[in-house]
Amino acid sequence: MTLVAPHTQLSADGKLKHFLTIEGLDKSILTEILDTAESFAGIADQPVKKYPILRGKTIVNLFFENSTRTRTTFDLAATRLSADVLNINISTSATSKGESLLDTIRNLEAMHVDMFIVRHSASGAAHFIAQNTAPHISVINAGDGQHAHPTQAMLDMFTIRRLKQDFTRLKIAIVGDILHSRVARSQIQALNTLDAREVRVVAPKTLVPAGVEALGVKVFNDMDKGLNDVDVIIMLRLQKERMAGALLPSEQEYFNCFGLTENRLARAKSDVIVMHPGPINRGVEIASSVADGKHSVILQQVAYGVAIRMAVMSLTIQAGAQ
Amino acid sequence: MNKIKISNGRIIDPQNQIDRVGTLYISEGKIAALFEEPDGFNADLDMDAQQQIVCPGFIDLSARLREPGHSNKATIAGETQVAAKSGITSICMPPDTQPVADTTAVVELIREKAERAGYMNVFPIGALTRKLAGTELSSMYALTQAGCIAVSNAALPVANLLVLRRAMEYAASHDILLIYRPQDYWLSNQGCAHEGKVATRYGLPGIPEAAESIALSQCLMLMEKIGCRVHFAQLSSASAIPLMQQAQRKSLAVSCDVAAHQLHLTEDDILPFDSAYHVMPPLRSKVDRQALRAGLRSSVINAVCSDHQPHDVDTKLGAFPQTESGISAFETLLPLMLKMVHEGGIELQQAIAAITSQPAKILQLPLGHLSVGAAADVCVFDPEKCWEINTQNWSSSGKNTPYWGQTMQGQVMWTLQTGQVLFSNNAPKAYYHPA
Repeated sequence: MTLVAPHTQLSADGKLKHFLTIEGLDKSILTEILDTAESFAGIADQPVKKYPILRGKTIVNLFFENSTRTRTTFDLAATRLSADVLNINISTSATSKGESLLDTIRNLEAMHVDMFIVRHSASGAAHFIAQNTAPHISVINAGDGQHAHPTQAMLDMFTIRRLKQDFTRLKIAIVGDILHSRVARSQIQALNTLDAREVRVVAPKTLVPAGVEALGVKVFNDMDKGLNDVDVIIMLRLQKERMAGALLPSEQEYFNCFGLTENRLARAKSDVIVMHPGPINRGVEIASSVADGKHSVILQQVAYGVAIRMAVMSLTIQAGAQ
Repeated sequence: MNKIKISNGRIIDPQNQIDRVGTLYISEGKIAALFEEPDGFNADLDMDAQQQIVCPGFIDLSARLREPGHSNKATIAGETQVAAKSGITSICMPPDTQPVADTTAVVELIREKAERAGYMNVFPIGALTRKLAGTELSSMYALTQAGCIAVSNAALPVANLLVLRRAMEYAASHDILLIYRPQDYWLSNQGCAHEGKVATRYGLPGIPEAAESIALSQCLMLMEKIGCRVHFAQLSSASAIPLMQQAQRKSLAVSCDVAAHQLHLTEDDILPFDSAYHVMPPLRSKVDRQALRAGLRSSVINAVCSDHQPHDVDTKLGAFPQTESGISAFETLLPLMLKMVHEGGIELQQAIAAITSQPAKILQLPLGHLSVGAAADVCVFDPEKCWEINTQNWSSSGKNTPYWGQTMQGQVMWTLQTGQVLFSNNAPKAYYHPA
């Protein structure tokens, strides 16, 4: 038996049923997500920060990996849409007693939930859950291994669209650990689907995955050349354990070669924006003066994260209801 | 049943360069004659093999039968029956059982279970190192005395080149065949897919081609001094071919095989995160597949194995990197060989040689051919008959095949071992003549 059927994220009528990856989604769907998020973006300024869209729905935050920012914004987004939210703490749950992923899912299904927000250390975990869960349940990928983090990519697209409007004019550099980054993969796919003029990845060869050009990027191993004339810089977090894996010599050397400093920033366009999915390692991938400087939009990204997640939740639950 | 006649089939015996329609006569478990009926031959059983191919029984260089230790996945009795249905009459079984086949007791247990099942030759492969841990040598000589046909570390790494060198030297002292699956542990870096565009797209940790070619080169260079017989198992990459070619030119005692699925599937076939495609070595690029096919055609690759690895359903239910690798492959071995013939990748004679006479030669067994006097291990198959892979037709307890639901061409009709009928496909046209 084919254990997993070929998967689509879309319902029979072409609506977004699950949100697992950017790959395979066309421009109209990405634009619909951005437009829907736009309609939610003003909510923070309203006296009552709630919509009744998910009233009576139960949403499960199923985080097999630690996360503060992503989980909190999903939690907040669900609450603002009037959903009931169940946070499953995996470290104290049955998984640590040897329960399989599928059994965990089946047990939660039996409690009549409507949506899973999943983060997992293995690539493909969200696909697996979507393929094996009850038909009425939607699955949103909150990061799976090194594969995808589509809501992060969409909040980045939302930030770029708000500040730069037209993608077709833009040159974007994604800098850092591309190899291990699910965020980078989703960003690259989103930027290309939205017709960005040029997508670059900038990193030493040890952090560039094989054949990444096939995703539609130009590879730069030199930071100065990579930043030349770009409109958007997306910095990625460098994880400390990369030194142990012989991928890099030291944080100091990484900062010297690939850290974003004010001097390097001068190579980009004068109105460049600097983004980072967080959490930031100050002095490792980015200088504090840049992270807190006038080009930085890092905190705006966080704020938009709630609107994007509200948009994705409301769109998928509507597709599931049909 | 003493005397069997297999009538009017297309007899293909690559070793004796026979390929013509005729009748095969079997007596007392041995091949009695081909084409011309021996004097006074009264068949007890007459099989009509018209439109069918009659060839030696298949010899599988690598198949996991999961016993001892993993009988939740499969059993020796169950899987040897499936092998018989697939035209196989001899199986080599890697030592990564639980416990590991590093003692004569485990080897004897495997042989006993196989004998009791009564289907076919099961040749255990002994562990190269104790517990397959890669650091201390196993008692290789005792293992071969107990019935091991070769020694191997299966898919597990040998700790370092010094251990490998000494293992080769020790095996050479007793003229024991060493089966080596070349894959550098460190370069593999716990990957689960071919390092390339597909692994990059799906964020799957990649295994570079160099993990194979470097491990292969190292072993070949050691061989030049040691003179050990080494068989390289389940090659997967284009860069292995010129290395093997060079070794053959130097007349080193080398041979190699490829798993049947590697001649067909590539990284591009992997449906998103479908664990049925999780195999080791990983499915590589189209360039690699073409090189493997060319290597088989030019006899640089000597043989094809099934690399049968049945799994229970739970093992394959999970996120791709967290599932175990391997395909349940007995039943697709013949259809995949024929598919390659149909696609023009190889001549039929050579395809049959790769699963009969060639593995026999590698293992130095007097099997894999239809010479008069040889053991009557015979497979009769219908090369045209199509069948669908579904719960009804599939027999292995492992349902883990990427071909599930697909139609296969080529069906085994009879399998005989030393003249005993191990399998008959509803005995379509056989006439029993009571004595």
